Amino acid sequence: MIDPHKLTHLDRLEAESIHIFREVAAEFQHPVMLYSIGKDSSVLLHLLRKAFYPAKPPIPLLHVDTTWKFREMIAFRDSLPQRYGIDVKVHINPDGVRQGISPITHGATVHTDVMKTQALKQALDLYRFDAAIGGARRDEEKSRAKERVFSFRSSGHRWDPKNQRPELWDLYNTRVHQGESVRVFPLSNWTELDIWLYIYRERIEVLPLYFAAERPVVERDGALILVDDERLPLAPGETPQLRSVRFRTLGCYPLTGAIESTASTLEAVIAEMLVARTSERQGRVIDQDPGASMEKKKQEGYF
Amino acid sequence: MDAIATAADTRDQIASYLTQHEHKSLLRFITCGSVDDGKSTLIGRLLHDCQQLFDDQLAALERDSVKHGTQGDAIDFALLVDGLSAEREQGITIDVAYRYFSTERRKFIVADCPGHEQYTRNMATGASTADLAIVLIDARKGVLTQSRRHSYIIALLGVRQVILAVNKMDLVEYRQDVFEQIVADYRQLAEHLGIAKVDCVPMSALTGDQVTRATSTMPWYAGPTLLELLEQADLAGSDAERGFRLPVQWVNRPDSSFRGYAGTVAAGVVRPGMAIATLPSGQQSTVARIVSADGDLDRAGPGQAITLTLSAEIDISRGDVIVEARRPPEVADQFAAHLLWMGDAPLLPGRQYWMKHATRTLGVQISEIKHKIDVNTQDHLPAKRLELNEVAFCNITLSAPIAFEAYADNRTLGAFILIDRQTHATVGCGTLSFALRRASNIHRQLLSIDQAARAAIKGQTPRCLWFTGLSGSGKSTIANLVDRRLHALGNHTYLLDGDNVRHGLNRDLGFTEEDRVENIRRVAEVARLMTDAGLIVLVSFISPYRAERELARSLFPVGEFVEIFVDTPIEICEQRDVKGLYARARAGKLPNFTGIDAPYEIPEAPELRLQTDRSSVEELADGWSRRPSSVRARRYNRRHRSDSESRSRRTRRCRTAPRPGQQLLRAVPTPACGAVGASAYRPSTRSSASTLSRRILLANSENASMPARPLARWIHGGR
Repeated sequence: MIDPHKLTHLDRLEAESIHIFREVAAEFQHPVMLYSIGKDSSVLLHLLRKAFYPAKPPIPLLHVDTTWKFREMIAFRDSLPQRYGIDVKVHINPDGVRQGISPITHGATVHTDVMKTQALKQALDLYRFDAAIGGARRDEEKSRAKERVFSFRSSGHRWDPKNQRPELWDLYNTRVHQGESVRVFPLSNWTELDIWLYIYRERIEVLPLYFAAERPVVERDGALILVDDERLPLAPGETPQLRSVRFRTLGCYPLTGAIESTASTLEAVIAEMLVARTSERQGRVIDQDPGASMEKKKQEGYF
Repeated sequence: MDAIATAADTRDQIASYLTQHEHKSLLRFITCGSVDDGKSTLIGRLLHDCQQLFDDQLAALERDSVKHGTQGDAIDFALLVDGLSAEREQGITIDVAYRYFSTERRKFIVADCPGHEQYTRNMATGASTADLAIVLIDARKGVLTQSRRHSYIIALLGVRQVILAVNKMDLVEYRQDVFEQIVADYRQLAEHLGIAKVDCVPMSALTGDQVTRATSTMPWYAGPTLLELLEQADLAGSDAERGFRLPVQWVNRPDSSFRGYAGTVAAGVVRPGMAIATLPSGQQSTVARIVSADGDLDRAGPGQAITLTLSAEIDISRGDVIVEARRPPEVADQFAAHLLWMGDAPLLPGRQYWMKHATRTLGVQISEIKHKIDVNTQDHLPAKRLELNEVAFCNITLSAPIAFEAYADNRTLGAFILIDRQTHATVGCGTLSFALRRASNIHRQLLSIDQAARAAIKGQTPRCLWFTGLSGSGKSTIANLVDRRLHALGNHTYLLDGDNVRHGLNRDLGFTEEDRVENIRRVAEVARLMTDAGLIVLVSFISPYRAERELARSLFPVGEFVEIFVDTPIEICEQRDVKGLYARARAGKLPNFTGIDAPYEIPEAPELRLQTDRSSVEELADGWSRRPSSVRARRYNRRHRSDSESRSRRTRRCRTAPRPGQQLLRAVPTPACGAVGASAYRPSTRSSASTLSRRILLANSENASMPARPLARWIHGGR
């Protein structure tokens, strides 16, 4: 017999995340939630609203815009105030814009560093945020598997993976000096499957890009790149083809590979994932850098 | 194929999968053992056999195995969990890695923990949330010291279930006698440590024998495989039957019509109508609603993150615990507790730390180390301090009472962490065993004559003037002269001098770090009693540590404690060397001498700073030879304030060799205008800083020839 008080797996994950949100709101002066529009952010936002119901969340949202996100993502973001009465601050690295940084001309590494990592650090310094909540999960990548829920950053936003604060039980050390900060990951213990099952259970709205549809794509180095706007230069003889594709993960459109799929409903997406043989981040061009690249990027301030 | 029917089928399948998934339980476990025991291979094997490794991850693993692997051409599973580049380079596990997998019956979170002693704190991180531990033993080596240490740490953190996995059976020809000897040895250890349940399985992570599938290699073993043991293990007992406990995390007040108390239920079940009390205050009320975004709940139990409203408002804030009024926990402020020290600097009894307990952070000191415990042998040893990764049984004293339960009964109300007040690092973790009745049995006697009355009869405002500085800096000389001056003015004073007190009250203390801490604690308490008696107390002590000076300050009401930094470069102190102590210290005959081989932590924000190299000691106490103009004084004051701010960033804790004092003092910026001997600043509170400075400098310029006039002014509050 099922003990009525024994929580299900999703209940436990939800309660753990809500506890983390409340701890952030109670203990930090200037917390912020990094909102990146994807499915994990949708789940984060849902949990944020639940944690403080019936009050409005006391934590503002920030989107670091690289200017190369899918158009659908920006439209989704811009509809949030109307749907939930929640404002999203947007930050774009003005230096990067002035220098005309793009993933096309400067490559994935430079683009990500300037428009994402540097931009994020600028925004955190600008608003003097002392806690930044993100949607990273430990099952995504091996250096993330090592990270604390409350992950300390020195005043230069650096992560020292070899000397992390011990983190026992759910007693999170939130003390920082001026200029230091903490990255907080309420979804640390969620897996990709948990995210989708929770979206299903709670009927959370996510972007249509996650569902299969006929979309114009070109194939490059084995990745299917969506021709989202006219900025994507086509090689001689290259013509976009309409194929039934969807995305497992979303980033900058020229750096995010689609997968061939016919899963056009939430149920079908979950069914597809149950038999998947590749990991979610496989579609991220930026992750294909050698060895410990995520660890290095994280040390420098990447989320 | 009929597309509509397929879609409907998929929906049904997913619905039934979700139902099944929903009712899957979750087991969190850790693996203990060194790399050589095959720990990572075991995790790799579990993930692999449970189909939790994706193709691209396997491909990456194969690439990495060629580059960093230790298994020849074969896949090195250790690289799967050792995710940091330093770990891969050194071939060791430094920090916990969390991995996730599931079977048809259960979901698992496995924390792969480092085995090396130097990373014990990281192992504790993993163990604190575990329901169960796999202790891995190399069949060829048996139960080693390391296995004992790991088992002790998991028992300390309350893990009561162990799976003893005897690995590498293939290398001992799958012999039953080898297995049984190890099992017998381990059961003895487990019993000693109070680990209630031990299941044992012979296996080989490399070949997969008995990990996820039974094989014919060990016909003498008919028990479950390792994975079956994981699937069958009992989950942490439900705390639903116990009294309701809710540490308040957040008071939810969107508008004046709603006031909710949010937190995660630590034990018990709550229902609307339940009579509750809030602790430590003890006020009572009744639960009105259990509010959630999905509608009001009719009950909530352990682990749920909820929001309560009450039928009658009482004063509740973050850190309080809402409890079932019928079954409240104890409230106390002194405890016996087990402590695992995780700081790089040693734990010193008497020093103040922060303690985070449930949702409350408060001051704490370790009043006594009863004994430390050798984690390898579990022997009890006497100790005056604790070093990194040491464990002890201690008495601790909190700055305020808390609602608590023993860790064995309630993890949330029995666990705590310690935070360093200056570095903000997490320096310790512990578990409460029981309350000490001392404080609750010794009630403070209310005296009918209070400090104000005692001070009034003396016609003065009580103060504690705390002189700190190096030996030979001139503290005692200045303090003595100020004392005489105040006495001449008709004040009631007393001078507590370091050397004198060490002849009596503190005769039993030496010069080690822990004894210095106790030395200051006692003197601060004596000074407090004396100011309570209405006296002006002058304390002249080297008092080298910031933490203890802050402790002393914390004993006094704001404004009553005046920290005076007698700032003399060590070269000058050494030249003076009135008592010949520096010469002896340099000759190595006087160990732990401040400035030579023991640190002096410069005050970050003293009320007064006296620079004896700018003016003579006598001039400072008796008057000033030159007076700064008011313009120069203001300019000086401005510059000095920014100097002190940048300095507090530059110098944290200075311990240098071979002549530490020199560098340490050189780090102090000296003002360009050298005419001023005394100044005051308090960078943390600008307004009071400027008021203070103005008062001191004003007194200074007006009374340049009056002995010790600024201090006297200070004491008389500007009168």
